[in-house]
Formats: sequence, C-alpha cells, structure tokens
Amino acid sequence: MADVIERRAIHRLLVANRGEIARRVFRTAREMGIATVAVHSEGDADAPFVRDADQAVALGGRTSAESYLDIGKIIDACRRSGADAVHPGYGFLSENAGFAQAVLDAGLIWVGPSPAVIAKMGDKLSAKAVMAEAGVPTLPAIELKKRTDVRQAARKIGYPVLVKASAGGGGRGMRVVAEEADLEAAIDSARREARGAFGDDTVFLEKWLDRARHVEVQILGDQHGSLVHCFERECSIQRRHQKIIEEAPSPAVDAALRNAMCEAALSAARVLGYASAGTVEFLVSGGEFWFLEVNARLQVEHPVTEAIIGRDLVREQIRIAEGEPLSFRQSDLAINGWAIEARLCAEDPSAGFLPSPGALVAWRPSPVGGARFDSGVEPGAVVSPDFDAMIAKVIVHAATRREAASRLARSLETTEIQGLVTNRDFLVACLRHEAFLSGDTTTDFIARCAPATRRRPDPGEIKRAVIAATLEGQVRRRAAARVLRSLPSGWRHTTTPDEQIQFMLDGITVAVSYRMDRSNVFRIEVDGETHAARIRARDGEGLEVDIDGVRERFRIRARDASWFVHSRLGDLELVERPRFPPPQSEAETGRLTAPMPGVVFAISVASGDQVTKGQVLMVLEAMKMEHRIVAPHDGRITELKVAVGDQVTNGQLLLQIET
Amino acid sequence: MPVLDTHLDTRSEVFLKNRTDMLEMIEEMNQLGAEAARGGGDEAVARLRARGKLPIRERISHVLDRDSPFLEISALAAWRSSYTVGSGFVMGVGVIENVECVILGHDPSVRAGAFNPFNAKKLMRGLEIARVNRLPYVQFVESAGGDLSGDRSEDPEAAIRREVDHFAESGRLFYEISELSKLRIPTISVVFGSSTAGGAYQPGMSDYTILIQNQSQVFLGGPPLVKMATGEDADVESLGGADMHATASGLGDYLARDEMDAIRMCREVVGHLNWRKRGPEPAADFAPPIHDPEGLLGLVSRDLRQPFDVREVIARIVDGSRFEEFKPLYGPTLVCGWATLHGYPVGVLGNNGALFSESAEKAAQFIQLCNQIDTPLLFLHNITGFIVGTDFEQGGITKNGSKMINAVSNSTVPHISIILGASYGAGNYGMSGRAFGPRFTFIWPTAKIAVMGPKQMAGVMSIVGRASAERRGQAFDEAADAKRAAHVEHWAEERSKGLYATSRVSDDGMIDPRDTRTVIAMALSACFSNDVKGAKEFGTWRM
Repeated sequence: MADVIERRAIHRLLVANRGEIARRVFRTAREMGIATVAVHSEGDADAPFVRDADQAVALGGRTSAESYLDIGKIIDACRRSGADAVHPGYGFLSENAGFAQAVLDAGLIWVGPSPAVIAKMGDKLSAKAVMAEAGVPTLPAIELKKRTDVRQAARKIGYPVLVKASAGGGGRGMRVVAEEADLEAAIDSARREARGAFGDDTVFLEKWLDRARHVEVQILGDQHGSLVHCFERECSIQRRHQKIIEEAPSPAVDAALRNAMCEAALSAARVLGYASAGTVEFLVSGGEFWFLEVNARLQVEHPVTEAIIGRDLVREQIRIAEGEPLSFRQSDLAINGWAIEARLCAEDPSAGFLPSPGALVAWRPSPVGGARFDSGVEPGAVVSPDFDAMIAKVIVHAATRREAASRLARSLETTEIQGLVTNRDFLVACLRHEAFLSGDTTTDFIARCAPATRRRPDPGEIKRAVIAATLEGQVRRRAAARVLRSLPSGWRHTTTPDEQIQFMLDGITVAVSYRMDRSNVFRIEVDGETHAARIRARDGEGLEVDIDGVRERFRIRARDASWFVHSRLGDLELVERPRFPPPQSEAETGRLTAPMPGVVFAISVASGDQVTKGQVLMVLEAMKMEHRIVAPHDGRITELKVAVGDQVTNGQLLLQIET
Repeated sequence: MPVLDTHLDTRSEVFLKNRTDMLEMIEEMNQLGAEAARGGGDEAVARLRARGKLPIRERISHVLDRDSPFLEISALAAWRSSYTVGSGFVMGVGVIENVECVILGHDPSVRAGAFNPFNAKKLMRGLEIARVNRLPYVQFVESAGGDLSGDRSEDPEAAIRREVDHFAESGRLFYEISELSKLRIPTISVVFGSSTAGGAYQPGMSDYTILIQNQSQVFLGGPPLVKMATGEDADVESLGGADMHATASGLGDYLARDEMDAIRMCREVVGHLNWRKRGPEPAADFAPPIHDPEGLLGLVSRDLRQPFDVREVIARIVDGSRFEEFKPLYGPTLVCGWATLHGYPVGVLGNNGALFSESAEKAAQFIQLCNQIDTPLLFLHNITGFIVGTDFEQGGITKNGSKMINAVSNSTVPHISIILGASYGAGNYGMSGRAFGPRFTFIWPTAKIAVMGPKQMAGVMSIVGRASAERRGQAFDEAADAKRAAHVEHWAEERSKGLYATSRVSDDGMIDPRDTRTVIAMALSACFSNDVKGAKEFGTWRM
C-alpha cells in the first residue's frame, strides 16, 4: 500500500454489467453526481438499464462471451464514452483479475479490490490456503489435477463430497456426490459447466455438510487501512446451490458466534490488505464455522446489510475507489431490525427450478408491504435465455424477523408478474413456512421442507377473476367495434341466448354466459351460479368491479388468448378458449420441440436411427444449464431439424420420431 | 341547441296508472317473445341437439360479433294465427366482423323450417331491408319447403274460396336475392339442413355458399320426387350432399365440418368483403338524454284519447335532450325540429293533436328542408287523423294534407316511424306509415293502427245504416244495429291493436319504450350503410 493515497474523483462511471445491478449502481452514482455509462449486448439494446444510464455503448454480440465478458470491448467502451471508472457489478468480469488490471492499465479507476487480491481469492483453493494460514477454520479440500485419483481423494474426505469449480460462483459448476458411483459423471459435468461459465475447468473436492447454514460477513476496507465488518447475512435457502432467500442478521448467530465470525472475517481481510467491499463466506453448523471463500466484489444480497446498518454499500465502494476514507467507523455500526431479501426468478419450481425465459406481460412491484425492489425489468421486457433468470430482488426491512417475512411474502404475493412462470409462489411458501419462521434454515431447507411450488387459488378467487376478465374482454371488444360502438353492450330487445365464453385454468374449463341489463348490470353465470356485476371504474389496465356487492380492483392484461388477472390475492392466467374450432388442425404426434429457447449443445442421434423410450437424443443449453431431450417413446428418427450450435426458440421443432 | 324541459310528474296518479298498464303490456310482449324463442318446444330442440344441430337463435348468436347489438325484426309474427308465434323464423340486423348485415333463417325446430305466409313475409322484408339499406345478406338455410299440409281444420272448399295467392306469383324471393347481387350487396348462404326444390335456389342464387358435411342437402327434387319423376332410386348424399356439391357439382364454395365450423367460415367470408358503409360516420361526441327514459313508461295512456306532449318523448330519446324546434308557433299540433341521436342528425316530426292545414304545410316544408340537407326523418306517431269538418274542408285540409303526403312520398332521405299511440287513417300516411316505405317501423305496446278509431268506425257504420234505412223507408232495427255495432267495434278494436299489427308483419316489431333510442340508433346506423341523399324533385304541389 502506498504511503500517500492519491485521491481521484470519479466523474463518469461505466458499469460493466447488466440488469438490476447496473441500475443499482447507476442509482447511487446519480445520487453522488457521477455521470453513468452502460454497456450492452445486442439483445439488451432496449433494456431498462441501458435507458437508465446517461450514455450507453453497444458491445455487440449475443452471448456473454461476445459482450459482457469481452475485456477489450469494455475497455474500448470506456474510451469511447469518456468514462474514468469501471464498476463491475457481480458475476461476469467482477472477479477477473485480468480485467481489473486492464482497467488500471487504461488509466481508469477500478471500483473493487486490487487485481492481486482478486487473483488470490479467485482461486478458491489458494484462498483456502491463505485463510488456513491466517488461522481461519477451513474444510478439508483436495484439488483434482489430471493425475489425481478422484475416488481415493473423495474417500479421503469422506462422502458426501462437493465437487466445486475453483473459479466458480453463483452455484455454477457445483455438484454434491453422495456415493462413489456418481463421482466421475459429476466431475465431468461440473468441469463442463465451469468451462462454459468461467473459462476455467479446475475443480476440487470439499467436504459437504448436509445440515449446515450459509452465513457470510460483509466487510469494507479503504485504501487508508481502515477495515470494518457490517455483520453477517444468512443465505441458507438455496436451490441448485444458488441463494434465493437471504437475510440479515442470521437467526442462528448469537453475539459470541457473531463476534468470532466477524473477527475471523476481519483477520482474513487484514491478511489480504483488502480495500473495497467484500464478503467472507462461512459454513456454520452446531456453533462452529468454516471458511468457504471470499467474494471480492459486491454481493447480490448486499441490500439486506444496507437495510440493517442504514448505509449505502455502493457509495462506500465508490468512495473507497476514489481514495476517500470510509465514511464511518466500526463503532458507528449497529444492527437495526431485520431484513430479508427474496430473489424473484423466471424459473419453474415445479420443474426442478428450470429457467423459464420469455416475455414479461406485466410487471408492477407491489406498493403493499413497503418493499425495496431492485429489478432490471419493465413490462414487456424479455427474460433472455442467454443470461441469468433473475427478475428482481425484493427486500423488506422490518423491526422483527417475523414481520419482515410476513411483509415480504405479502409484497411478493401482491406484485403483478404476468406472462412468465416464476418462483414467486414458492418464495411466498418458503417465507410462510413454519420452519423458516422458526429460524430452522439450513442449506437443505428446500429438500427438507418442500414448500409448495405453486399457490392454489380458491374457487371464489377464480370466479371473481373470470368475471373480471369477462367484463374486461367485453369492454375491449366494444371499444374496438367499428360500427354501433356507442350502443349498449350486447343489446337485445328480444329473447336471445346470452353471450358465451369459456376460459381454461390449469386444464379446467370454466363456462361463462352473460348479458347486460338495462341498468348496466351484468348478469353473469359462472359454472351454473348467477352473479350481478357492475363496472365501477376503468383506467388503463385497472378495472374496478362490484361483484355481488363486493367491490374489488383488478389489473388485467391480455396477450394472445391469455387473460392475465391481477388482484390483491395474486396473479392468475386464464386462457380463453377459441370461439370456433380451429381450421383443420394437423397431427401432432412424434414431434419433439424445444421446451425453452437455447442453443443445441449436442446431438446424439442421426436421422433414421432407431431409438428407445427415455434415450437422450439431444442436449440443449439454455441459461447456462443443460436440458436433455429424451425420446418419449420407442421409434425411428425420421427428421432432424437442427444442428449443433443452432439457436432454437421455444416450441421450435427439433426432430420427429415415428413409431 | 336548446335542452328540452320536462313537465312529467312521475309521481302523479295518471303517470303511475299508465306505467302499470305499460309494464303489463311489456310483460305480455316479453312472454310472447319467450314463447317465440322456445320455437318448436323443448322436445323438438332436444331432438335437434341430439343430431349436433343448434336452434336458430344460437346459430345467429354465434355468427354475431361478441357483445354487438342485434335488432330482431318482427319477433312476434304469426301471433294469433294457426302458426307458432314468431313464425318459426328469425330475422334481424346484426354485426358480423364489424359489418352490419341482415341475418335470417328458419327455425328447424318448428315444422322442420317449413315456409308459411308469415315467415315468407318476414323473409321478403329481410331482403327489402338488405336492399334499401345496402346491408350484406346472410341466410341460414334449412327448410322443409312449402308447408303442403294446409290448414286441416278448415273445409277445403272454404280454404280454396278464401285463397287469393297463387303459385304463379311465387318465386320473387329468388329474384330479389339475385337483385341484391346485381346491386353489389353480398349474399351468403349457409346451408344447415335440407334446401329442397325452389329452396335449392336460395344457395343457388347466393354469391357464397357454405355447406356442412353430412348435414346439408341441396337438390331440386328429393329422393321421393326423383322416384316420381324418373323412377330413379337416388341416395340422399350423392343426390345433394355437401361433399358432392363441394367436389362434383360446384354448388358448395366452402365445406364445413360442422355447424360451428360453418359459422366460422361465414364470419370469414363477411370479414373479406372489404365492406365500407356509404353514409357519413355519426359524430363521436354526444351525450345521452338528460331525462330518464324510464319516464316513457308512464306517458301514454291505454285510452288513446288522453293526450300527451310528444316533446316528452323527444326529450328522452335524443342526444342530450337537445332539440331545435322549427316553427313552434305555427301549426302547433305537429312538432318539427332537429336533433341528433347517437351522433346521427335527424329531423323529428311528432304529433301533438290532429293534423290541421297549417301543421300539414309546416310538415311539407320541414320534410323538404331535411331533404335539402340529407337529414333522415323520424316520425313519432300519435295521430287520430287530419281534422275534418266544413270549415276545414273549405280551408283546404285535403289539399294541404296532400302536400304533406306528397312530401312524405317523394322524400328520399331515410324515414323511421315509431308508433307511440294512435296512427289512424290518412294521419298514418302523412306520418310515413308502412305503405310509404319508411326504412324501419317500430311500435310501442300502446300503438293502435287502423283506418279510424273502433268506436268511430262502429258509429259511422250505424249512421250509414240508419240513413240507408230511412232512404228505403224502412224502420231501423236498433237492437240489430247495437249488435252489429258491438261486433264491428270488437273486430276493429282487435285488429287495430299493436300486437295484432305486429303479428301481421305490418311493422318491424313491438318495442319496450325504454329501448326506443337504441332501436332508432340501430336503424339509423343501418340506413347510413347506404347513401343518405335528399330528393331534388317532388310531385306537383297542389297550391
């Protein structure tokens, strides 16, 4: 560390990232009077974060590798926009020492720890060695070199073992192996994923603790040698080794443990000469803790810490990079209340949390519950299969943990999200689960407690949604009428059949018939019961309806045959059945289509091949995960419609099997 | 434009009595309407459904744009006759793919869709509405043909003697379908069942035909007639099945799998017509009447001798209750003036008493003015006739009445007649009665249409009889006269009733007074499908 710290104010900050974190950093930069620059891939050209920035530079390219991971392009973007500093966000190049160095070499300010620290901590194995030397407890681990006897290594550590990518992060390139038979396959697969995600397929084995907790300590260090911790966060609620619910403080950490862990984190930071925001991750079990890794960057879940200490961590990061001292001391910090964050993702919890990219028909953060929404999306946004499936982080800060959990659940429940399958219902179920509420949160929480993956709307709610959608449809049809538009809806002066319409919800058909009477009241029969409904107000997508004397507000959107109905009870998608039979439908047998957009990664069959039921025919890669296309029945491949490397859209025909 | 005031006391005894009577009459009308909608009854409808077929009202509902209005015409045809109420036939103006069309069809649940004098009249009226208003014509064909069974309750000789119709005059319907096509008014037939003999020309003469597999049958002669004519044993499908017509004869343009598929195709055909209405669009911004249309229920008394101010009606049907009255101080028994209705301009003529020379002359002038500015006319009838008497004859009431009738006859802007109460004698003519070709005529339940009031008619007969007896020097049989007068009065009264008039398809239907504004709006919109052009020439004005 230099004796004289150069203070250099940042005037124009480029964020080498996308989505919510880019917006998050821009927000603080704006508040600090710093101009902002976004960079973006081809697909992100119209993304909200791009419009949020004062300037935006197109990087070109569709994939991460072609855009957000291309150091040369980003340095060039700095030059072209006149940016004098780079914030890497999290993920992408945030922990790439080469990038940090390139930024510094270009004469720019790097908002993050030094390249040397990043390099040291980027390799998880060497990080563990450094920590062990500093006296921080670590779990046994063995690097898998080319000639390592993997079976012996695993046996030495003892099953279950965790295969972990050394360069990993975000849960990618991690596999838990319970028995020897699965070991090699898990290692191969982890290596493949690591190579794809980080360009480095080094993996190691580590002891896996089944009922442990993931607790981490936020640290901040400035270039003047000041170092503080900002207490702990617990991030044990995970699926696919990725956090989905995080909180601060941890319900499992008492003052003594907190003290020990925070001290361990500080000594780790001290050893490293850490000068930025960082996180020291630990595994906690039975009052003991072990070092996992250091994240030399801002964490996704940093807002829960910001909430309980009442400070802006991005602001501190920027100040540190400018050479300013920390704006507070350790003694200034105290834990205030409780904060919980949930990661809202476009994924299907009932299908193994498979990403479900697509277009967001509606997105309206709920005003109920007073939550903070850090999101990268706006209505109409497309959640791309090329990047992470997170839509938003929703954070609630409350006096108590129970209140935070209940308000967060309500915030999620009343947020309007339509058009995509998300983990929202699942998050709500987690937050309301007795085990969660009692603080019984270990990394196996999801497997152990199996919270409901989907909410089951009750018949009353469905009925009201159906009535609201019917009325909205009627309003829209009347407004779109090109003749006799000013006449009363569905006006008749003789006895004629009522208007009829059918909706589908979860495979069940709901039949509706209705007619408007002389006083503009709709008599609506739903499943044999008649209701009286009247539209009280309508503006934009908001519809206020009085149904049998109970007034309620709905927000309704339509796309194709779908009606997306939002009420204070949540969101429903009703699919209107076609009024008429479609013109001659074609036979649909033996057609295998892409379950989601992605890239064809591997094809294991050729046209004319005989295949058996369950056989893997093709592997798609989408959202950095592999999806296998298997034969639904025995048969012969009659047509192969795609080749390796092809980009496929949702529902695209991949191949045809004839029985 | 000034806003009309109201002087209606909705709490008065008279109002409440009128309202009660009106609601009673509306109830009767609705009951009959429901009966008409039941068609051939539950059993017949169930049999229909069992064969995958739909009742005519459902077919029509499915073809219409969702939530669009439908103006049914002559729903109560054939009431008080030996045929089913409604005549087993539905006809009206509705919207298909944003195009206003005439849609009609037989009800297969009523005597297998057989023709009768009432539904034949309705069908012809449908063709007329399509022609004069330039509306695409959609017919749902399914008819057993002419009802050959006749009325078996009657002595055949009496029936023969009573008949004035003859086959030689039949077939006009096919001429008119063809004429529509010539006028470039599209004609579309969807054949839902059998369309035999003359009926085969219904699809045959249409621009477009849609047939349904294993359901439609179109042939000049069915198997029995073929057998009679040539001895051939023909099977129905190869004689006139939908598949045959789609693949072999070329009579079928579209081949549907089932009824819903056929209805979908019908909508698609209308959708491609590239249809443009000719008349100008209505103004988009207008207000509903400020006076509650509920007030219309208590305005007209069952006893038509009780007068009411027709402005109270105008105030409840025109936009914003705004009415610019023309010559209010001259000929005050006829109220004339301008208003808009659902944004359409309209010249209104409403009766406030018998027609005098001044009112007739005012009408003639007003009708000419509306023709000068291409503005449709709305006639609100409550007219006992032109005033009679020596002074009035000497004052030229016949001459001046002729002017009014000349103006009405030669006016070329659309006329819409609403009969609120009385519509008697030449008053009916002057107010553009049915025979004067108004585009649409609707009546309130309180309407009475006749040459004169029943009491007047009985009295006239009695006076004439007495005079005749005197001339012949015979004693006048008072008892017989009283009996005859009662008979005449009953006969005239029953035949003058609105329900009877509407059952004879001598108007387009009876309506709830509260629907008046909406009915007129639909009628005007239909009129504006065609050019709305006033007359440049009228007949000779008797001066």
